[in-house]
Amino acid sequence: MADLAAALGPGGAREEPLELAMYGKDAGVTRGRPGAVCFPRDAAGVAGAVRIARRHGVPIVPRGSGTGLAGGATPADGALVVSTTRLNRILAVDEHERTAWVEPGVLNLDLTRAVAHLGLHYAPDPSSQQACSIGGNVATNAGGPHCLASGVTSAHVLALDVVLPDGAEVRLGGLEPDTAGYDLRGCFVGSEGTMGIATRVAVRLSPDPPAVSTLLLEFASLDAAAATVGAVIAEGIVPAALEMMDAEITRAVEDYVGAGFPRDAAAILLVELDGRPGSVAADTAAVGELGRAHGARRVRVAADEAERALLWKGRKSAFGAIARIAPDYYLHDAVVPRTRLVDVLRTVYDVADTHALTMMNVFHAGDGNLHPLIVFDASEPGIWDRVASAGDAILRACIAAGGVLSGEHGIGLEKRDHMPLIFGPDDLAAQAGLRAAFDPDGRANPGKVLPEGSRCGEIAGAPEGTWI
Amino acid sequence: MDLSTPSDLDELRDTIVAADTVDPTGAGTHAEVGGTPRGGRAVRVPAGVVAHDPGDLTVTVRAGTPVRDLDALLAEHGQMCALDPTDGSATVGGVLATGLSGWRRLRYGPVRDQVLEVRFVTADGTLVKGGGPTVKNVSGFDLPRLLVGSLGTLGVIVQATLRARPRPRGAAWATADGPPSGILARLHRPSCVTWDGSTVHVLAEGHPADVEAELDAAELTAAAGGPARPAGEHRGRISVRPRVIEPVAAELRRAGIAFLAEVGVGTVDVAGDDPSALVAARAVAEAHGGRLLRVAGAPGLDAFGTPPPGVEVMRRIKAAFDPDGRMAPGRMPFVEAAPAGAVAR
Ligand SMILES: Cc1cc2nc3c(=O)[nH]c(=O)nc-3n(C[C@H](O)[C@H](O)[C@H](O)COP(=O)(O)OP(=O)(O)OC[C@H]3O[C@@H](n4cnc5c(N)ncnc54)[C@H](O)[C@@H]3O)c2cc1C
Repeated sequence: MADLAAALGPGGAREEPLELAMYGKDAGVTRGRPGAVCFPRDAAGVAGAVRIARRHGVPIVPRGSGTGLAGGATPADGALVVSTTRLNRILAVDEHERTAWVEPGVLNLDLTRAVAHLGLHYAPDPSSQQACSIGGNVATNAGGPHCLASGVTSAHVLALDVVLPDGAEVRLGGLEPDTAGYDLRGCFVGSEGTMGIATRVAVRLSPDPPAVSTLLLEFASLDAAAATVGAVIAEGIVPAALEMMDAEITRAVEDYVGAGFPRDAAAILLVELDGRPGSVAADTAAVGELGRAHGARRVRVAADEAERALLWKGRKSAFGAIARIAPDYYLHDAVVPRTRLVDVLRTVYDVADTHALTMMNVFHAGDGNLHPLIVFDASEPGIWDRVASAGDAILRACIAAGGVLSGEHGIGLEKRDHMPLIFGPDDLAAQAGLRAAFDPDGRANPGKVLPEGSRCGEIAGAPEGTWI
Repeated sequence: MDLSTPSDLDELRDTIVAADTVDPTGAGTHAEVGGTPRGGRAVRVPAGVVAHDPGDLTVTVRAGTPVRDLDALLAEHGQMCALDPTDGSATVGGVLATGLSGWRRLRYGPVRDQVLEVRFVTADGTLVKGGGPTVKNVSGFDLPRLLVGSLGTLGVIVQATLRARPRPRGAAWATADGPPSGILARLHRPSCVTWDGSTVHVLAEGHPADVEAELDAAELTAAAGGPARPAGEHRGRISVRPRVIEPVAAELRRAGIAFLAEVGVGTVDVAGDDPSALVAARAVAEAHGGRLLRVAGAPGLDAFGTPPPGVEVMRRIKAAFDPDGRMAPGRMPFVEAAPAGAVAR
């Protein structure tokens, strides 16, 4: 602590019980207890803190805004939490090249706001974009509604300046399209703090589309909504965003923000199309027709920017809305092949019934990324066991349908013990080998992503499946 | 050179484990890229489509599948993969391992963004799966991106799941007189913009109404086809940040080096009848903070030039997957363990 205070100056490091408790968890369901928290102001400060922790044999846990849902920023007991909140400057914007260098503590929406006057935006738009940091987005490879057409964070991160777990500083990737050797930038994105701390991030900025159209389609059944999703994709249309909400969450949102959502629909789809005016007009008409052909009882096209903004406010307020229904929620994240959406949703509702839980669904239907949301009151005795068991059943159903554990929130602490459901021991050993190449001593965010015991060289068991 | 063509996984494993060193091989369209292999048993894996459900926008193929065959299959369903190798006989595994992006990168992104899952066999015969079969996935570390561009040095890629996309409903090449300055700002999501020193070529794709609007917006003239990549025995690819593409092009032109620059991307293909062209082109690239990868010819020229930052991490990755240095020795030489006696740094 004395070393940290000397290196980072007054207020640069804290160890008061209240602070420690605050930094003991993220927005998910796991909890730990850090030894200290520090707030470096620049890359040199981060490197200094990392070296001090190393000297004292203490692990480090990078932390952005703490909005993560998988426990990625939950510290192992006694770890040094390195917060990036003071690394919050936008360093350079190149309007013509459409790139920007930012520090990791810059908030996602602040970046988009800062370049809006140039007709540019940062494409990945997690629902938490007002609060989450670019560094956290990089580390979780975050997604958002508009990642359907434009890709998740990895497609928008060009280069990273990183402090490795041994305190060395290195650039990964570059503004030039191809760098020599292995794609270390690609490996670092989604590494959830286990490969070091990003101190500068070069991102790609996207031009604002010349035309945008947003549709709200109302359905009397989930099946009809899901069939419409399939039909849109089959038509060769990849919307900018394609989101689905079920009856429960739609009502909750409508009560909360009054976005003009129907209170009596079984499901709604929010579809956004962007591009040049010609295709936007044609595709808007096509999506409307496809919806009606598959049973949409009403198709509404947002008449102006205000109406469009209101529809999106409704979608992005889902989590605020449920706070009024029950004090606690557990938000899941899994992906299934889009063609299996209906089957899996049905299982998800069955799981809720058999566990006597309230379940809502609001999700990225276009890419099959489900977000079953269990709402509950944690003070109810025994509830947590039911919630956890339902969560496990949902994950298993998604995987049985050919899906994966997480589409955008990451594995963190929450799902690391589920990793063997989709990876064999050899697959996990390979991932452990990659991680160890960045962090040979296991000092960066230990205990995350990989289950205990996935070690390089410890190869046992038959690989899952064959390729022939 | 011996060529093995194992027909199943066990045979492939046996071949790899038994060989002294292994040189994973595709169709041989880029056999010289990334370094000169020091011998090794050439191994080519089988072709074939494993799974394609058009509604999922994914396709899973064995790595030996020629991209041309994959494209023909997807075309039947109105889909495509944005791999775009210069030669359609290139195999999916080869395109992934070399990691050279095709001519529509500006719109669809680099090769690494097209790959969802890879399966590969490492030096000790272990089959490893990385990534996952769905269009979106953040479960675990990103082995697919690690394998893209790994040039066979980490293992033999045997299978991949790729992102499939709807084929554009319309497409047109068009031209304008150069230089290309400012043209990107007038276009919306062009698929490709090139500059060869005299003509700008643009590929617009999408809804026919949009394609027409693109051409109008930038006052382009419809063209019969795209530009030719520069030809020559000695070829290389420059990678520079997009903002310096014009000065780089101007210097190449002054030096009399044939080139085709991808505007907005930052790659410049160069070629010459003499190896000195690549030496000169590399000097131009490095002066602008970029690099040149030797693609073919110029045997005396180092494949990569200055080693990249992070070499220590790369060496540890190599050592984790291939501790005895038996996979593709000679390619990407800077990741190989320093010879005994030398000091690593
Ligand atoms: C209401 C709500 C809605 C959400 N919606 C979405 C959504 O739509 N899409 C989505 O993808 N996520 C969503 N999330 C999850 C979360 O916002 C994202 O995972 C986000 O990327 C986390 O950013 P953060 O700054 O809060 O990171 P933190 O939670 O602080 O950290 C997340 C992980 O990143 C690591 N980390 C942070 N900074 C760095 C750094 N500089 N270098 C290295 N590692 C670092 C941490 O160690 C940790 O493992 C939502 C969360 C909430 C609460």
